[in-house]
Amino acid sequence: MDILLKMEHYSIEIHQYENGFTEKKLVPVSDLNLELREGEVTALVGASGSGKSLLAHGILGILPYNAAASGTLWYRGEILTQERLLKLRGNEIVLVPQSASFLDPLMKVGKQICQGRPNAARKEKMYRILEEYHLGPEVAEKYPFELSGGMIRRVFLTAARMGEPGLVIADEPTPGLDRELASLVLGHLRELAEKGAGVLLITHDLEQALAAAHRIVVFYEGKKIEEGKTERFLHHETLCHPYTRALWQAMPGNGFICPDEEGSRI
Amino acid sequence: MKIRNGNRRKRIWLSLGLLLLLLVLLLAAGAVSEENALVSDFTQVNQPPSIEHIFGTDWLGRDMLARTLRGLFLSILLGAGTAAASAGIALICGILAAMSKWADGVILYLIDLVLGIPHLLLLILISLALGRGFRGVAVGILLTHWPSLARVIRGEILQLKESPYIWTSQKLGKSRLWIALHHMVPNVLPQFLTGMVLLFPHAILHESSVTFLGFGLSAEQPAIGILLSESMRYLILGNWWPALFPGILLVAVVLSFQYIGEKLRLFADPAGAHR
Amino acid sequence: MKSMVRGLLLVLSVCAVTFFLVSKSPIDPLQANVGQAALGAMSEEQIAQLEQYWGMDQTGIEGFLAWIKDLVRGRLGVSLLYRQPVTEVIGERLKNSLFLMMSAWLISGLLGFFLGGIAGANAGKWQDKLIRGYALLTAGTPAYWIGLLLLLVFGVWLGWFPIGFGAPIGAAAQEVTMLQRLHHAVLPTLALSITGTSSIVLHTREKMAEVMGQDFVIYALARGEGKRKILFDHGFRNILLPAVTLQFASVGEILGGSILIEQVFSYPGLGQAAVNAGLGSDFPLLMAIAAMSGLLIFCGNLTANLLYRMIDPRMRRGGGAI
Repeated sequence: MDILLKMEHYSIEIHQYENGFTEKKLVPVSDLNLELREGEVTALVGASGSGKSLLAHGILGILPYNAAASGTLWYRGEILTQERLLKLRGNEIVLVPQSASFLDPLMKVGKQICQGRPNAARKEKMYRILEEYHLGPEVAEKYPFELSGGMIRRVFLTAARMGEPGLVIADEPTPGLDRELASLVLGHLRELAEKGAGVLLITHDLEQALAAAHRIVVFYEGKKIEEGKTERFLHHETLCHPYTRALWQAMPGNGFICPDEEGSRI
Repeated sequence: MKIRNGNRRKRIWLSLGLLLLLLVLLLAAGAVSEENALVSDFTQVNQPPSIEHIFGTDWLGRDMLARTLRGLFLSILLGAGTAAASAGIALICGILAAMSKWADGVILYLIDLVLGIPHLLLLILISLALGRGFRGVAVGILLTHWPSLARVIRGEILQLKESPYIWTSQKLGKSRLWIALHHMVPNVLPQFLTGMVLLFPHAILHESSVTFLGFGLSAEQPAIGILLSESMRYLILGNWWPALFPGILLVAVVLSFQYIGEKLRLFADPAGAHR
Repeated sequence: MKSMVRGLLLVLSVCAVTFFLVSKSPIDPLQANVGQAALGAMSEEQIAQLEQYWGMDQTGIEGFLAWIKDLVRGRLGVSLLYRQPVTEVIGERLKNSLFLMMSAWLISGLLGFFLGGIAGANAGKWQDKLIRGYALLTAGTPAYWIGLLLLLVFGVWLGWFPIGFGAPIGAAAQEVTMLQRLHHAVLPTLALSITGTSSIVLHTREKMAEVMGQDFVIYALARGEGKRKILFDHGFRNILLPAVTLQFASVGEILGGSILIEQVFSYPGLGQAAVNAGLGSDFPLLMAIAAMSGLLIFCGNLTANLLYRMIDPRMRRGGGAI
């Protein structure tokens, strides 16, 4: 399968003021090398606050003003420059965000899916995709607060498919959903991959990654510490890094038991 | 980038120091210019600015520079005094409101009441009730300027009340007054002080407005409001200097206090400084 | 409507406070309006009659209740200064003031909304610094001095506009044309608008800066929407509600400002009447003006609340839950 996105020595730095005066430098993403392939879901697993979301924003070129990225991004074999990104963003490179707060509370959902320009062709496409996700056309006439968490995610998926999605970045797409709904959303992401897109699933939940991803990358304190096919992550013995093992043990099915260290039994 | 930011704190301290020095000089000049501000010279009536009278003279031949300096002196003293007193009221109201439900209701109602009449009209009414003059404006300003700061302090203390160490103090059997004095007042002190400094410019502006309308300081005193109200009579003749200079200096003083207050807030509330 | 009752109670308290303050005034309206000499020559009986005419024979709670009773019956007494029923004085003055205040209210609201919005959307950049600087400067400048400067520049030096009053001096009321009235109102309106704009700019700027940092703006950016489109599609849409609320809640500020501005321009409006009533100890008129402004502020706040319910879809469709 073709490599869709390649990151070389990719870093993000943040400058922050402490006490309003002293400047502090943070490096939430440091020297990352990563490849995303077409037709595959790659899960990026890491603790909350480990800079995963910033990575997503970095790829999309929407970092906050006090953050700066360095390194090289390749998309479909060509360097992803800012101009190229401007053309691709929202059409080929799309974001599936976390929660309802990513929708304008005062604009009807349908108008937001169509990016404020609901012409006939766009509307028709929107209704078709909504229907695929078992949402009726009346959903388009609602405001975000009138939708349930599950409906909101399907609205995001619809919005992502309004263009020709090549790279889908799903940033923690399931918080607040119960297991059933969450796996439904993950299933929809896998569908997108089966249609040919590359999906980057950003999550703090290894279990979710195991369920949905083809490949898994473990992210710790701004660095990639482990990477491999999903199968390798199914068994404790094949894991290299202690952090990954800790993540693995923290999953409900594994009984929170740490076999080598008696002391850390919870 | 880094070096410039490191110096930011120093730069702010420097500008604050310079401004304070200027204000002190202004006050000193105002303190000694009382006589000059009142002496009239009928050979020098309505003179435009010259080397002798940099700000010109007024309709009685009085030196406008001396009058302006004296006016600012009065304005700053009155503004500082009333702002401090008003801030004191705000502190007491804020603490009381946060400490008892009953007092909270009363104080919130009082705040609504003060905000329910146009500020200036209320100032006029209070000044009238006290027979105008110095006492009228002073009491007027201190009775009308506390609500916004009281709200801030009330909110701050309500938040503090939830914190664990206040809880512990209560469990240890400390009285409410003890807790208020030892834990709450020191904690809201930064907000209180910056709030007080930020009340200055308001107090000065309102004093000059009320005086301008004729409900404040008496016409014999060279207050800025009086100067500007007198200047209106000669504006039609094209006498611009009695209207222009006192106003410019008043604005400069008000903006200086505004600046000092804003910067102090930066020190008192560093979290809010990142914006 | 609980807020309605509370609001009306507040207006009542405003009236009570005003009545208390006015009746506490040591300035004797008889002396102020009739004069010491004339008073000395009058008999006790005449003075008592005058006192009743001036409506100052009753003070304290009884006096206030009597005033309320009269108010309910629509009797506000006779203005001592203008020797006309208070209702007539207010009616005439309000007509002049209303035009002035409404236009200044609209201009400052719209201007403040757009300037504040642009500043907030560019927080930290030169547009922000410029607009914020302007707002802070005008906030630190007394309203009446702005009026004086405008008068000096456009009235005296350039001669574009008259130097005061609501109509040409000496012209009979019925001969004054609409155009002349407008001509006289331009400078006061401008001065009042300038003073009213600053607080709206500063508030709107904060709101806009807050909105532009929200998740949905990040999402819109991620979907390839341009900055300008986001500003108009999402930015202004989301600051409209707080702006409208602020606009209606700022009625009191415009009222206060009009007192100063009308004084500078000798504009025959309500604000000038309030000053004259205060200086001349015209208590019936002063009471009526204070009561009216309290009522106006109340109406402003009420309208803000109602509009909020009508505009915000979360309130409109969701039954109040946000």
